[in-house]
Amino acid sequence: MVTSRDDFSIAVRSAFLKKGVKQKFSLLALIIASIILLSLEAIDSKSLNFVRSVVKDVVYRTSFIASMPGNFITSVSTKVQNYFEVYEQYEIVKSKLQQLENQKNQINYLKIENDKLKKVIDDTNVYNYESITTKVLVDKKSPFLKSVILNKGFSSGLKKGMPVLDGPYFVGRITEVNYLSSRVLLINDLNSKISVLIEPMGYQAIMSGTGDKPALLEFLPKNHQLEVGSLVYTSGTGGIFFPGIPIGRVELIEKKFHIKFFSDLSQLYLVNVITSKPIGSEQ
Amino acid sequence: MVSFRKNFVSRFFSLIPLLILFFLAFSEVDFNFEKLSFLSFNLIYIVIFYWVLKNPDILGYGFIFLAGIINDVIIGLPIGVSSITYLVLAGFAAYVRYLTVEPSLIYDWIVFVPSIAVTNSVYFYILRIFFDIEVNYIALALNTGITILLYPIIGILFNFLSIIIIVRKNV
Repeated sequence: MVTSRDDFSIAVRSAFLKKGVKQKFSLLALIIASIILLSLEAIDSKSLNFVRSVVKDVVYRTSFIASMPGNFITSVSTKVQNYFEVYEQYEIVKSKLQQLENQKNQINYLKIENDKLKKVIDDTNVYNYESITTKVLVDKKSPFLKSVILNKGFSSGLKKGMPVLDGPYFVGRITEVNYLSSRVLLINDLNSKISVLIEPMGYQAIMSGTGDKPALLEFLPKNHQLEVGSLVYTSGTGGIFFPGIPIGRVELIEKKFHIKFFSDLSQLYLVNVITSKPIGSEQ
Repeated sequence: MVSFRKNFVSRFFSLIPLLILFFLAFSEVDFNFEKLSFLSFNLIYIVIFYWVLKNPDILGYGFIFLAGIINDVIIGLPIGVSSITYLVLAGFAAYVRYLTVEPSLIYDWIVFVPSIAVTNSVYFYILRIFFDIEVNYIALALNTGITILLYPIIGILFNFLSIIIIVRKNV
């Protein structure tokens, strides 16, 4: 190996400035191009956003096509696995159905009572929202960042900040909208902070994503008496999300309160995006 | 006709590293296992480092730059982050290539350790300092460790491919 200072500088120059026989660009030129691209990220102009939106739409669609063979294999293996689990699940479902029948009667009574009470406080439309069903186009399961790409964008009326549900459960919010696609930041992402309500105690707290582990409950009231198994809903504070969308259950991990999500965030396929704003929120 | 077939087969084998690079950048197929997160590794890093070191003409710098941009769009990172990290890694590989007299997989592996450490530090600091994006550094460190451990195994597989490419070229 060469050790002198001159040889070191020659090697660095050769590596970063010299183009290979078939290379069209030097490494340094491309690193500078990358830095320029990164700097452009900070600029928010209409024409740049349009270019970004087109590039992203094209890449997402190509990615969807490129992922097809892999997704097909995954879907076949999941189906085979599901087939073997059907009988076991049938037995569980049968016993659960019996329990649900009993609960249903109780719920019907509570629903009627709840409707009556809502009329009293003139807040009947709080939970009525419109939604759009979309398909998950790409779900790159990165260990660092948790997000999925949907196959609808601002051409379908989607906007930044809209909440996303998997069935009835809250799973994230839209953070990026292109013409034909959009990105959802999932609630388990490290950058996700959501205001939540914990029932039946009525505590308000902040749910922070932790990546792979269940989300962490932060800013709980002092001297709280939080119980494991309590239900967690969106609080609706700030008027961004509708209140009362179920998220998960409280569980205790290493002496800290976490939330186990109702929805399996690694298996999202069809999701609903709530397009209407809650009553009382500013557009 | 025979010559065309030979050229086509030879060309196809030389394109495999590039196809792997773009397939990994574009598709959802990656090596981040949801249930075994400690086993996640970055195959793109291995592909770039190995082929720039072995034969930079197979994996053009322009393609590495493009793969980085695609990866950023798919993952949702600011466009340019992955390009910089991939090119820094390619820079290390190119530098080592100019200094190495007798290449060997073990030597490449030893050099891969500081290269990937610096590359991932660049990645982490760009996201954390310039864009204030939180990154799970423990997952990133584990990913780095597993990638380092798997380098020789994947390197052996690529050695076979490299031999096939040379043989096909000389047929």
